[in-house]
Amino acid sequence: MRETPTVKKGDVVLSMRHIAKYFPGVKALDDVQLDLRAGEVHALMGENGAGKSTLIKVMTGVYERTSGTVTLHGQDINPKTPQEAQDLGISTVYQEVNLCPNLSVAENVYIGRQPMRFGQIDWHRMNADAVKLLESLDIHVDVTKTLDSYSVSVQQMIAIARAVDMSAGVLILDEPTSSLDSNEVAQLFAIIRHLRDQNMAILFVTHFMDQVYAISDRITVLRNGRYIGEYLAKDLPELDLVTKMIGQKFVDANTQAHRPSKDYSTVRFVRMEDISKRGLVHDFSMAVRAGEVLGLAGLLGSGRTEVAELLFGVTHFDDGVIYVGNDEVKRMNPRKALADQLGYCSEDRKVSGIVGDLSIRENIMLSLQAKKGLRRIPLKKQQEVAQKYIDLLDIKTPSMEKKIGDLSGGNQQKVLLARWLATDPKLLILDEPTRGIDINTKREIENLIVKLSRQGMAIIFISSEYEEMVRTCDRIIVLRDRHAVGELTDNQISQDNIMKVIAGGVAQ
Amino acid sequence: MLAKLRIKNTALAAAVGIFAILFIAGSVMYPNFLSLRVLLNLLINNAYMIVLAGGVCFTILTGGIDLSIGAVVAMTSMIAASLLRSGMNAYLVIAICLLTGVVFGTVQGLLIQYFGLHPWIVTLAGMFFARGACYLISVEAIPIKNQAFYNISQFKLYLGPGRFISLNVIVALVFLALCLYLAKFTKFGRTTYALGGNRQSALLMGLPVARTKILVYTFSGFSATLSGLMFTLYTLSGYGLNANGAEMDAIAACVIGGVSLYGGIGSLFGPFIGVLVAGVIRTMVDFQGTLSSWWTKIFVGTLMLFCIVLQAVIVEREKARKADAQQKKRKKKEPAPAELAEAKS
Amino acid sequence: MNQVKQKLKGFMQHKEAWAVIGILIVLLFNVFFSPKFFQISFNNGHLYGSIIDVLNRGSSLVIVSLGMCLVIATRGVDISVGSVSAVGAMVAVFLLKSAGMAAAPAILCGLLAGLACGVWNGFLVAKLNIQPMIATLILMTVGRGIAQIISGGQILTINSKAYAFLGRGYVFGIPFPTIIMILVTLGVWLLTRKTSLGTSIEAVGINETSARYAGISTTQILWIVYIICGLLAALSGMIESANVSSADGNNNGLLLELDAILAVVLGGTSMDGGKFYLAGTVIGALFIQTLTTTIYTFGVPAETIMVVKALVVIFVVLLSTDRVKNAFAKLTERKKAGVENAG
Repeated sequence: MRETPTVKKGDVVLSMRHIAKYFPGVKALDDVQLDLRAGEVHALMGENGAGKSTLIKVMTGVYERTSGTVTLHGQDINPKTPQEAQDLGISTVYQEVNLCPNLSVAENVYIGRQPMRFGQIDWHRMNADAVKLLESLDIHVDVTKTLDSYSVSVQQMIAIARAVDMSAGVLILDEPTSSLDSNEVAQLFAIIRHLRDQNMAILFVTHFMDQVYAISDRITVLRNGRYIGEYLAKDLPELDLVTKMIGQKFVDANTQAHRPSKDYSTVRFVRMEDISKRGLVHDFSMAVRAGEVLGLAGLLGSGRTEVAELLFGVTHFDDGVIYVGNDEVKRMNPRKALADQLGYCSEDRKVSGIVGDLSIRENIMLSLQAKKGLRRIPLKKQQEVAQKYIDLLDIKTPSMEKKIGDLSGGNQQKVLLARWLATDPKLLILDEPTRGIDINTKREIENLIVKLSRQGMAIIFISSEYEEMVRTCDRIIVLRDRHAVGELTDNQISQDNIMKVIAGGVAQ
Repeated sequence: MLAKLRIKNTALAAAVGIFAILFIAGSVMYPNFLSLRVLLNLLINNAYMIVLAGGVCFTILTGGIDLSIGAVVAMTSMIAASLLRSGMNAYLVIAICLLTGVVFGTVQGLLIQYFGLHPWIVTLAGMFFARGACYLISVEAIPIKNQAFYNISQFKLYLGPGRFISLNVIVALVFLALCLYLAKFTKFGRTTYALGGNRQSALLMGLPVARTKILVYTFSGFSATLSGLMFTLYTLSGYGLNANGAEMDAIAACVIGGVSLYGGIGSLFGPFIGVLVAGVIRTMVDFQGTLSSWWTKIFVGTLMLFCIVLQAVIVEREKARKADAQQKKRKKKEPAPAELAEAKS
Repeated sequence: MNQVKQKLKGFMQHKEAWAVIGILIVLLFNVFFSPKFFQISFNNGHLYGSIIDVLNRGSSLVIVSLGMCLVIATRGVDISVGSVSAVGAMVAVFLLKSAGMAAAPAILCGLLAGLACGVWNGFLVAKLNIQPMIATLILMTVGRGIAQIISGGQILTINSKAYAFLGRGYVFGIPFPTIIMILVTLGVWLLTRKTSLGTSIEAVGINETSARYAGISTTQILWIVYIICGLLAALSGMIESANVSSADGNNNGLLLELDAILAVVLGGTSMDGGKFYLAGTVIGALFIQTLTTTIYTFGVPAETIMVVKALVVIFVVLLSTDRVKNAFAKLTERKKAGVENAG
């Protein structure tokens, strides 16, 4: 590790004061402050648009600040590029693994500063150094293998190892856990704790509340580009934190019972029987009825998304039968699913949801138009449909001709919902529809799910936030290791029970 | 060193296998095929292509392309021939030619890097420019009669009675060694791979992305002129239509040698093997005697198709293997309830 | 004055702007240095003149560029169009000459050959998921070989008036290729903009995964664009070969793929796929042809045109980059500031 000025636990290492960042027409940050202390994990919290990522970008030299001071070990700094920040000792690990999948693990750790011998790269020493460094962080991998032979979580850890090795004591973790399951998060946290104990000053950004409390010592809250306050994690109850983040008295959602007893029809709209796909799903069966919200719970990679993709025909099952209505489907594909009145809001909004350069109107019309075939829906009709859903879902945009890529995450999600609602589906599959969007929009989407099911739509709801599922689902199938391992109905439905079934216990 | 050269890349191994199979097939089908002379001729006839393919390989590794190389070969032959005709010293001419290539490549690199232009467009324009420049010099072919240049072209290294390699082959082999060294043991080479693997990451990791991106085109331009000089030594004339379509042959050699056109994957050994594979096909068509030389194009194209499909299959299989491995790993590391609770708490 | 400025600003925001400006600059050049360029005469029921010549000679490039435009919109590229045009021409001419076929069925067979090439390319790209450049590289290499083998390595010449009409005929005084060009442009426009095909193509080009998840058959869309491209390439090859009443596997459509790509990109469609601009493509192709014709009029050696093309292309593409745009913006700002200070 690099030479660092000697610091004691609790010393302020990096301090930002009166930070402002103006973009044309927008004050992204206005008089914001932040102190990072050695030996502490500091969580930066805020809703979308609060200014978290802008603040990090100012800190790491991606943006130049409009005004304010940043001091590192008491010295004023003003990095102009991420590289400069890095040279000063501020390292960042991003949400998406920013390493090269085609290079070896050792190379990913050392590229750009490889050990040289006689003017050429000393592979032998580089590999040895990499083993030593990774072992010290309790990461055991073959450093000569390419990075893409390892899972995302291991890649994320290797990214941290690289950052730590170059750091002079400040480590920024920008949503590093977004694509990890609980088990992997636990491993990652072990490493973070280890680094904290070595007196690193760590800034941790995440959307997951429970993770904030699991790992951080101190919390800074931002709202609308302004500084709200800095708190010790142990002195700030979760409800207070949420209140500070959204800036209004927060009604605990658990008290809003959305789930009245419903008399959905007994007709099973879609059935999957003994569906298998090698390496993804084994012998999965389920049926969903009109007017029912069926939850699929499980850890990442448990098979919950895979089931949805098999049902919608994005991937193809090897074995089993799917019935839509009374018709047996041998091979499903998205087009057929669309024709059969199925809809699927996929897990990854950016990758498999939005078509970034097309307008909001075109994005809303995409599936309905695909259903109608080559014959173009008249523009006037398109505008009517788009406007209807913009109003219905309260999509915030100055015009329906704006590019969807310019919208916020929550509004993009609403457009995708609109896309499927426009096709008038009988079954709507929602895979993580609330991921990475602000709390208000989350609530709106939950309410919408309940409303649609009351109108007779069947809904399959997948989420990694179990309290959300508890609030909205009529029935929850729990998956583990590619199998269905339990089904919760009525008053069995609780977060505790989901966790227990996942962990291999029995619901009460 | 040998251990470092071991073939990790499945696609490359396949290419080597194809070369071996073709060579053996040729030896079985045609008498006199299996001889040192055929092998040496393979090197002599394709020396310029080895250099050309090696140079363009770096641009492909970054995820780019250089379409101008064939035209640069022709331009080099024209510049060399016209300068020699005007009576300039042969060595000076060689130096000027190489410098032209360096400048040409660097300008292309600058346009691509600093203005964010698409490599396809820039090098396409570069191709037009270089071909056009040939005709600006002369529409006719220019023969080379310079004695010094002729002497260089006649240099032969005898490996046995009647068995020799030309200077071009030596240059090509040295160039190949240089490419392998650059790719594996220099920061430039590794950054090239990083760029092709994930450009965004390379930037965030603080690698000299801009410099490397320009340098690969500089190198490609340099190797194209070097190749052009070798071509000129081989044909002893300059002509604007020289090496027509050579850029596509060079790219095909890279593809056959297992270099991914998406960038980041492939060994510098690949283009060399690719060139030899195409060369052996041409030799077989020649030996056959009755086939039109156009069949070479068809065979190389078919082989390219075969390689591409093979590569696609391998990639898919690798993916499946990895998914399986991960699944096994997950099974082993089934979280204990206690761990899970800890993670959640 | 301000209104003009506003309008100018609005115009510059169009992706097609640079191709239009390019054409205007070349025409302006001709106004000063070669006023004859604009003369149009009417002889023997035929229109003559440089402008007509541009529309006549440029039509085959326009036709092939339109196909290329759709392919590029799907984030692909078809570098086999030159070879395919040679194959189409060779098939038609071979059937006319050796099989004694009539012109119409021979042309139809030429189109079928183009269609087959498109199906093949589409198969590799859409079904086997091979990168478009590599996939079409195969036919680019093999195509000319096939054309050569059909003709036995010869240049085939024919004497069919009916076939020649495709390249040299006139209808109501207008060159027949120009009429074909207009019809093809109209056809492609109707096919993409009056049906859902255009948006689907753009969706596939912008985000193929999203398009697939939304229920668009991406395979079908990709297949369609490569087939259209193959058909149009063959048509353009036949027009060219009819014009000279011969087919040459080696040189028909040489570097055509490059001209077509240039036309598309000059016309505002990005090589990264997505939004495509048919009008821009047509203008881009005509720009290239205008430039060529202008250079011919000046008696400059024909081959040097490539240098000019290269420089113009780099210039026009440079003007549309952010870096240059920003530099311009700063310059005008400074000027404004200067004026204000002075006032």
